[in-house]
Amino acid sequence: MNVLAAEGEVAFKATTNGIWFVEHAWIVVLLPLVSAALILFLGSRTPGKGAVYGITAVGAAFVFSIGGLWHFVEGGGPFEGSIDWFTIGPLHLELGVLVDGLTAVMLVVVTAVSLAVHVYSLGYMHGDERFTWFYVVLSLFTAAMLTVVVSNNLIQLLVGWEVMGICSYLLIGHWWEVKENSDAAIKAFITTRVGDVPFMFGIIALIAVTGFTTTNIGEVSHELGLGEVSPLFVSVAALLLFGGTVGKSAQFPLHVWLPDAMAGPTPVSALIHAATMVAAGVYLIGRLFEVFLLADEWVLTVVSIVAAITALGAALLAIVQDDIKRVLAYSTLSQLAYMVAGLSLGELGLTAGFFHLFTHAFFKALLFLCAGSVIHAVHSNNMSEMGGLRKYMPITFWTMLIGSLALAGIIPLAGFWSKDELLVVAHEEHATWLFVVFLVTAVITAFYTMRMVMLTFFGEYEGEAHPHESPKTMTGPLIALAAATIGVGLLGAPQLNAVFGKWVFFEEIHEAVFVPWIAGLSTAGALLGLAAGYVLYRERKARDPLQAPMGPAWNLLQNRYYIDEFYMRAIVRPVRDTWSAGVNWFNQVVLDGIVDGAAVVTRWVAQLVAWFDRTVIDGAVNGAGEVAGRTGNALRYLQSGNVQWYAVGLFVGVIALAVVFIRVV
Amino acid sequence: MIRLPLVLMFSALLFSAGVYGVLARRNAIMVLMAIELMLNAVNVNLVAFAALLQQMTGQVFALFVIAVAAAEVGIGLAIVILLFRTRESINVDEVNLLKW
Repeated sequence: MNVLAAEGEVAFKATTNGIWFVEHAWIVVLLPLVSAALILFLGSRTPGKGAVYGITAVGAAFVFSIGGLWHFVEGGGPFEGSIDWFTIGPLHLELGVLVDGLTAVMLVVVTAVSLAVHVYSLGYMHGDERFTWFYVVLSLFTAAMLTVVVSNNLIQLLVGWEVMGICSYLLIGHWWEVKENSDAAIKAFITTRVGDVPFMFGIIALIAVTGFTTTNIGEVSHELGLGEVSPLFVSVAALLLFGGTVGKSAQFPLHVWLPDAMAGPTPVSALIHAATMVAAGVYLIGRLFEVFLLADEWVLTVVSIVAAITALGAALLAIVQDDIKRVLAYSTLSQLAYMVAGLSLGELGLTAGFFHLFTHAFFKALLFLCAGSVIHAVHSNNMSEMGGLRKYMPITFWTMLIGSLALAGIIPLAGFWSKDELLVVAHEEHATWLFVVFLVTAVITAFYTMRMVMLTFFGEYEGEAHPHESPKTMTGPLIALAAATIGVGLLGAPQLNAVFGKWVFFEEIHEAVFVPWIAGLSTAGALLGLAAGYVLYRERKARDPLQAPMGPAWNLLQNRYYIDEFYMRAIVRPVRDTWSAGVNWFNQVVLDGIVDGAAVVTRWVAQLVAWFDRTVIDGAVNGAGEVAGRTGNALRYLQSGNVQWYAVGLFVGVIALAVVFIRVV
Repeated sequence: MIRLPLVLMFSALLFSAGVYGVLARRNAIMVLMAIELMLNAVNVNLVAFAALLQQMTGQVFALFVIAVAAAEVGIGLAIVILLFRTRESINVDEVNLLKW
């Protein structure tokens, strides 16, 4: 039963110091939700425009998450608890939490990055006209992501998943006055939707396995584990679920929304489009890992091929970008693909993939926040308008350098350990081609990272603005995240007992292995990439030094492999210009015809009924009155007023009755 | 002792005279008096049967009828007096306001 099934193989401690936090994990989810409501209703009337609620709530949630993680540090076991939600026929829905090591780690990641972003936004969004609204959505997003993470059933997970989507949409389009921003928001929303629809069908397929009785993830996995479901069905379900991952984690071919999503404010990019929401797709695979393992082998092969294409393709795209955030966006795509590829390698890959997710969240959030700090200083996203910023903003420079080296995979920073572990797993599982892809991508990653650092911080300043170091509210989170970037990698270092693998594992704990030659190879690759970047971009040139030697390949990369173009021509335009017109005609003529026709028929029937009512019903009622009136009119002359005549009637009547009684009865 | 059929015949004649008076007289006082005749015809019947059956019930009932008749005459004469005061007449044919 998923990660829960570790019972029996791993001895858990019954009570720990952190057990309270695990049993009350719902508080972690509720805190940001409450703060979202507070900011929405009281924010604009609070000093500081309501940011204080968000920071307090997320800070408290972070503390609770650390408490929850402590339970697993001490060797505690998973916890599941739920309350009834509602019942539809046989389908019993509940609201519940499932906290295992994976969940605890994700809780820490989400709340930590969210806290950093909440604080950072104080400076970055200072003076923004929708400052309060920004914090509302930020808090709501955090709550939604935490819902996904703690959810013990598929429907609750789907709810959180969709709320994240809408928050992402709202935040990308935060500055909607600019057309490109609102376009990017719509693109992001619709593109992820293409993945979400299969995802929803995948969920329905999984619920169908239980005969529509429960949506509980553990029970679904258990049901699948009995082996009574045909492998093809499981494979299709797994593939449908993977659709959700492809959309949300921006894997090829639905990756096109993520670079455009950089239109949102940079803190949003750091939180949603680097550290958390895009990682939800990876988390989903981990949470439903049983399904993927029980599916036919080709499903995981598809997953790894998609991931490999994304990893390599996106890394290459990052080389040619001028927009610093787009470099990071493509880097994110590539690193997410690393995680997905890691998961596709099976049980060993689960720990490695999630370790990469864990470290990546910290250093990529750091890089984005640094980029935001730079953008804040020079009022431009383009690296051609930066340069030499090392002198103006030293804190940003040093923290970004740490993040960059972590991304490149330099020992002992976070990225080194997680990438190394992925390489080791690829080697152990004999996935040589994936090993090569990982290695090549790592070299390219180091290269574009160095290019970004060189173009931004070295040489002479090329722009028009007056760069300055960012305020403390922004540099504070940078320093905190930089410290985390240095520290978290050690949690998975084999030399230091690799504690991470004892928290996040599938069925049984695998000891992390340190293979010196692989570590050496990856370090050599990273250094090669860094060196190449340094040599090529040491001197600033008007044209990118790669442009001439690469020739047509440069154009291919600049145009993003023409994939966006292809979608525009093959899908968007036909749908918009042809299908939409057809659907419109159908709507106007056929559907409206049916509706109008129904109205006309209804009028006829109504007129008939009205005639019947007026003629027959009213006729009967009036007729009764008329008859009574006429009869009364005719008979009233009997009432002469002469009492003696009445007495005559009386006596005649008595005599008549007497005759009747005597003669007849 | 007078034979019962004779008494009953007398009573019937008396009652018929009363009915005739009630229906045919125009004078309200005469109508009231005719009513008295009918009541007394009944009294004769009651007393006659009481004597025949050797029971007191009929005689007691006759006494009640006499008492009620006295009350009735009191009310009736009061009405007649009021009628005369308002209409200057006690002709019952003219008292026919309560019609259609």
